Amino acid sequence: MSNRTTAAAVCEVRNLTVHYDVSATPVVAANEVSFDVYEGETLGLVGESGCGKSTTAMAMLRLLQTPGRVAGGSVNIAGVDIMRLRPAALRDFRWRNIALIPQGAMNALNPVMRIEKQLADAIAAHADTGGRQALRARIGELLEMVGLPADVRRLYPHELSGGMKQRVCVAMAVALNPPLVIADEPTSALDVVVQRLVAQSLIRIKETLGIAMVLIGHDMGLMAQLTDRVAVMYAGRIMEIAPTDILFKAPLHPYTQQLIDSVPSIRVKKPLRVFPGGPPDLRNLPPGCPFEPRCPKAITICRGETPALKACGEKQYAACHVPNTNRNNI
Amino acid sequence: MTTASEKTANTPLLEVRDAVKVYGGGFLSGGRRVHALREVSLSLDATPARITAVAGESGSGKSTLAGAVLGFVQLDAGHVLFEGQDVAAMSRNQRFNYRRSVQAIFQDPYAVFNPFFHTDHLFNLVMRRFGIAKGRKAARARIVEALETVGLRSDDVLGKHPHQLSGGQRQRIMIARACMMAPKLIVADEPVSMVDASLRSTILDIMLRLRDDNNISFLYITHDLSTAYQICDDIHIFYQGAQVESGPVDAVLGNAKHPYTQLLIASIPEPDPTRGWGTQLPPDDENNDRDIINGCPFYPRCPKRMEQCVAHLPARVSLDDTGHQVACHLFVK
Repeated sequence: MSNRTTAAAVCEVRNLTVHYDVSATPVVAANEVSFDVYEGETLGLVGESGCGKSTTAMAMLRLLQTPGRVAGGSVNIAGVDIMRLRPAALRDFRWRNIALIPQGAMNALNPVMRIEKQLADAIAAHADTGGRQALRARIGELLEMVGLPADVRRLYPHELSGGMKQRVCVAMAVALNPPLVIADEPTSALDVVVQRLVAQSLIRIKETLGIAMVLIGHDMGLMAQLTDRVAVMYAGRIMEIAPTDILFKAPLHPYTQQLIDSVPSIRVKKPLRVFPGGPPDLRNLPPGCPFEPRCPKAITICRGETPALKACGEKQYAACHVPNTNRNNI
Repeated sequence: MTTASEKTANTPLLEVRDAVKVYGGGFLSGGRRVHALREVSLSLDATPARITAVAGESGSGKSTLAGAVLGFVQLDAGHVLFEGQDVAAMSRNQRFNYRRSVQAIFQDPYAVFNPFFHTDHLFNLVMRRFGIAKGRKAARARIVEALETVGLRSDDVLGKHPHQLSGGQRQRIMIARACMMAPKLIVADEPVSMVDASLRSTILDIMLRLRDDNNISFLYITHDLSTAYQICDDIHIFYQGAQVESGPVDAVLGNAKHPYTQLLIASIPEPDPTRGWGTQLPPDDENNDRDIINGCPFYPRCPKRMEQCVAHLPARVSLDDTGHQVACHLFVK
């Protein structure tokens, strides 16, 4: 794990707010979201569907589609506020400073272009390639890094399996060695064995290139295995953010606790724990804490006042009026 | 109706015998054949009701098996027997009874609804078709009861269009509709793979209650071994149409023998950062495995492969008297 006392932030997200203008009052999909991503670390962004994790990621890349729009806040990457960039500068900035590993690799590649050409195009569009020889060498290096055989370069996307296509996308994202990569559920459509292989590529690029990553997902198992820190989102807000080992050992927020408890184990048989309620309706949020209607620990204040994200221990932050106090096992 | 003479106490509720299904081989697929089911056999006892998992990755043939049991897929060889009756050779009456006794739940709670109709229509349709209740009042009571079984309040869902309901409500409505028929068997094809964590345990809990309180057996088709471990009694692991390991869930997942089952279990990410994934990587997925026609389909990826594995598909071997079976040459004596 990276040492965060000395590591610098490669990305600072501050009060990022995203509105979807679908009705007279906008739907707030991301609400005052703030976090840092440090050099070389993997930050997990986890939550159920509709919690705002993908919205936050897309806003960081300025890839939101209408009716979504950034209503406030800033995203500083390598000292540049990406929200203030003009279109031409933004195009130049992306991929070199922040890249995306998309969710559905099946649809992310051009079906009529060889893998080699697609990688070369991506590199040439954003950087000086240094000649054909250097470009060829670089492509070979990239494919090797994600664990693909060299002859993949000559193939078309339809000749590759889903896991291989996803790893080509990983190679493309890191082609220009950006300080930050956003991986949007990179393994959600894959079988568990293939998921393991793609995850290994992610571990590999982190270890060899030292690239910081924001990993979007809903699988707490994957978060435990791949991240250094985790931010838990609910109803567009960050509910808890903490180093992965602490978060899993002693979660502060009742929602984090539920997320961890709801993962079925393959080692121990536990009675099923059924948690009432479903994901919140963003158009009709309750006053106060958005998790209050489902929270087993809710008290009166939770219904009236939205808790702010505050420090509850070293490196651990939670937005809760009644955070878990049973922390003696830390 | 199956006559009493054909049905004895030992007749399984559902039996699949040597089912074979091959797709392709025609002009459009360039002669390429996909063996979706390779001599698959399994049986589900009538009482007590049990949940039997059919688990595997995509392309393992598990959905083809579900389709064969539900009558959507015609087998190339082999039989599906319901209460001792071959489904393919049923009379009109028998088939009617079969359709009522075997219900299905599907993966995508968004795709199974007709967006133009109220939810009532969904219930009324089967009500009329199968004559479940006489009169409006009785029908309504039956619907309300079924909805309560799955934890829904009738006021919340009846009279609404599908788009007004959440994914969780829709999935539970489909379960309610299935159990309104008082079936003996429900084929659940990936019922929780598209729902959030909180809803997942709700649906699995409903399945357990239907098994225990209503005596409904389940054929649970899934790619997720963890949920299978939590709720199932028996499990069959499939790999490319072959049944590689079967038996009680504790034996198969707690003491996995087949290299493929072991690989599947080792690939599951544990929600515990202190318990690492292990360093042993699965073999790559690049192989064109389909070329193995007679041998073990897992051969190209198997860490323990041997010469005889290519030659012929290993027979299933019983490991003990609990029903734990494995199809692997390592265990052929």
